[in-house]
Amino acid sequence: MSTRIDITLTVNGEEIVETVEPRMLLSDFLRDRLGLTGTHVGCEHGVCGACTVRLNGVTARACLTFAAQVDGARIETVEHLGTVASLNRIQQAFRKHHALQCGFCTPGFLMTVQEMLETLPLETDEEIRDALSGNICRCTGYEHIVRAVRELADEREGAAA
Amino acid sequence: MNDLPRKPLGPDADALASARPKYVGKAVQRLEDPRLLTGAGRYTADIRADRMVHAAFLRSEQAHARIKSIDCEAARGLPGVTGVYTAADFAGIPVIKAPSRMRDYRATSCTVLASEKVRYVGEPVAVVIARDRYIAEDALALIEVDWEPLDVAADPESAAYDGAPLLHDELGTNILFERVFETGEPDDAMAQAPHRVSGRFRMHRKSPLAIEPRSYVAEPDRANDGLTLYGSTQIPGILRDILSGLLDLPGSRIRVVAPDVGGGFGGKGSLYPEEIAVCALARRLGRTVKWVSDRSEDLASTSQGFDEIIEAELGFDDDGALIALKGRVTGDIGAYSIYPWTAALEPVQVVSFLPGPYRIPHYRGEVKGVATPKPPTGPYRGVGRPASVFVTERLIDMAAAHLGIDPAGMRRKNLVAEDEFPYRIGSGIVWDRSGFAECLDEACSRIGYEGLRKLQREARAAGRWYGIGIATYAELTGIGSRISVAPGMPINTGTETASIRVDSTGAVTATFAVASHGQSLETTLAQIVAEELGVRPEDVRIVQGDSGATSHGTGTYASRSAVLGGGAAIVTSRVLRDKIKRVASHLLEAAVEDIETGNGRVFVAGTDKSVTFAEVAHAVYSDMRALPAEARENLEASESYDPVTGTTTTATHIATVRIDPETLAVSIDRYLVAEDCGRMINPLVVDGQVHGGVAQGVGAALLEELSYDETGQLLTGSLADYTVPTAAEVPPIEVFHLETELPGNPGGFRGMGEGGTIGAPAAIANAISDALSPLGVGVTELPVTPERLFRLVSEARNKTDTEK
Repeated sequence: MSTRIDITLTVNGEEIVETVEPRMLLSDFLRDRLGLTGTHVGCEHGVCGACTVRLNGVTARACLTFAAQVDGARIETVEHLGTVASLNRIQQAFRKHHALQCGFCTPGFLMTVQEMLETLPLETDEEIRDALSGNICRCTGYEHIVRAVRELADEREGAAA
Repeated sequence: MNDLPRKPLGPDADALASARPKYVGKAVQRLEDPRLLTGAGRYTADIRADRMVHAAFLRSEQAHARIKSIDCEAARGLPGVTGVYTAADFAGIPVIKAPSRMRDYRATSCTVLASEKVRYVGEPVAVVIARDRYIAEDALALIEVDWEPLDVAADPESAAYDGAPLLHDELGTNILFERVFETGEPDDAMAQAPHRVSGRFRMHRKSPLAIEPRSYVAEPDRANDGLTLYGSTQIPGILRDILSGLLDLPGSRIRVVAPDVGGGFGGKGSLYPEEIAVCALARRLGRTVKWVSDRSEDLASTSQGFDEIIEAELGFDDDGALIALKGRVTGDIGAYSIYPWTAALEPVQVVSFLPGPYRIPHYRGEVKGVATPKPPTGPYRGVGRPASVFVTERLIDMAAAHLGIDPAGMRRKNLVAEDEFPYRIGSGIVWDRSGFAECLDEACSRIGYEGLRKLQREARAAGRWYGIGIATYAELTGIGSRISVAPGMPINTGTETASIRVDSTGAVTATFAVASHGQSLETTLAQIVAEELGVRPEDVRIVQGDSGATSHGTGTYASRSAVLGGGAAIVTSRVLRDKIKRVASHLLEAAVEDIETGNGRVFVAGTDKSVTFAEVAHAVYSDMRALPAEARENLEASESYDPVTGTTTTATHIATVRIDPETLAVSIDRYLVAEDCGRMINPLVVDGQVHGGVAQGVGAALLEELSYDETGQLLTGSLADYTVPTAAEVPPIEVFHLETELPGNPGGFRGMGEGGTIGAPAAIANAISDALSPLGVGVTELPVTPERLFRLVSEARNKTDTEK
């Protein structure tokens, strides 16, 4: 356990240089070392998706990733989206459609939805539901999340047209 | 919206309404959202403190065993470990008992850590305190326990027999309570009924599974010899009261705070050993102690829901009129009677609600609760009603099928009618007027029920399995003091107090003892206060979830917060508004009865004379020239509200399912809810509660089961095995609201947060049974996992083959 590994990475646009134990999870690194507590831990075995972050632009489970693995990587967390004073478009749509209740799973959903909007056609609600199915929400029954994503996807198509 | 009306206002209501917007009933965007959407929420696991240490619990691997010895030496020697503690280290803390005034109720005794013996897999046995959680878990692996395994009766029926291995030797039995509810002459009436249907039903054990695992941070206040417990709890007030006694600290030196809490569903609504342990250790060490459970611990140690075997029989006449109902419920309550709710909570509710919203003259419900070597059961969304509604609604469908009449018609015929309210059902519960038949009719009409039956005939003709399931139910919500005393629990849940003040800047703060964990109370209570006081919702700060802010209060559970918290908000706001009007009448030199409030201003109706809330506050608190001394009323009010009885919420759910004859995959095609929860405070929030409740009901119907083997080992200890619905399994949910007649509480509200989970298991079970009715298959066990469905269908097919 005494081995320490030096890592250099970019988190939300900021360069970070740290030394970590090989076994330290990325989720614990972000939360406890960097104080970025917006990334939540719901299961620690990669099922619930609450800890979803973007690792070099691709969604990843921070609870299944070691901090030592992300040397040289670029990471974005929920703190990289909008602020309380200025929510980003995804956050606004979630608020408008009441797509969150307790809010614990929400950061993971936001990171997933951001990637979905960048990469998937999302032509049908069924497609939206499939793409959301790696994240668990116990409060909303998903209906309002689907509506928020529907609005965002339609808006995206409108903008592209 | 801040602008004062330019035109002089007439005394008519329209003009007043425009000055004083209505917020109750509006889809106001949530005030808690911006912080939760940006990762700026503060959940218990986010809390850090200087010199903070971390706890990890060693949990029993045995269901029932004597602890011969625990060797902690190696663990204590690990660098970074502060200490390792066992039961003896908590010997000064009284044993936890959840007493009841119920006759012959046997309360179990529970210690903070297991001493002498363990009674379920997952029971905490030792606790390590270390510099970080990684080291604490390393140390757990070094603790050696020498077990002497004891006999196990994991099944409640075998545990109830004389001679079964006893979990609590001092009680002399595993049966913790027995009760009978009876009305009329159920035996004779049943014997004489022209028709009867019956079944043996089972509702398996499930987890509330809030997405935030249970977590606690205990922070000692060394200066005052006090303590603050931050915790993922629904019941900060109840915890403060019991911890005050257990730790021998006056309430002024112990404070329990529920910060942002990531869902609860009942699982965070009881007292837990870990809460006591972190508090005691924080005091002992003089350091902040943090414990965050992992998901496996949460599955194995958070209070569990349901778990009943229900034998029931329904008697009816040739026309389908219900005559008699008998039910016998065996509740598997687990190893301990949970504080404060007692072991009786869930199983007694099953027999209490078994007669449902129907006119059934003769009823007998028998219930017993049996201790088994499994984690304690406790409150879970719907408490008892998901099981009772499942059974009764299955029986209604079976009766309809027996007579060859339509299930919707069967219900319509037997629902308590408009002119029969208030109606006392056989268990003694009294329904007040609520839209029983109206919701059924609305649901059928909205979903196009007749059209669905036609679809079904076509599907069947084509060899496809398509089913329609209805569930109609009623529930008692917003329960007041007269009903909450009935179970004889050690606490009062029937009242709620609001304290509202306008400070010297004119800002409004409203304090409640409720504890939101996703219910949107920071928004809905602000809507109520804003409307009553005459300010905007965003101008009202809601303080809740902090025992230090109130003298008494219990929290948020049992669909109570809108009715009780909302009621307290209304009566308190009105008292405060009158004070504001009296002060303003001096400032505006007008009669009190001519003063109105709205949009943060206080004005003379029909004129353009007005002052702001800030000016009123300045006059009262700061400008000593503004008012005569006797008119300087403190702009504060605190009032309590007690609904005394409860209020009836009702709904009809309709589900349609398709079942693939090859794979037996069940897909829910449509899902519709028509409900009457009285006046809605925020329709978006109500819809969200219904959707979420239905999703958990989908889990209860199809997926979620805490499966224990015959030795008491948990077989579904991770989210890979304990599966919950994702967006792909939950169908789109259509919700329709009815307001038949408002209940007689200040806001006209009925509680509604649990209803989705009450109706959905029954509706889905009926839909699956309906789809499979050509095979003669009926669902009697939930969840209908793929394996159970496979067995049901295979047995039916084998039977058909044999008969051929």
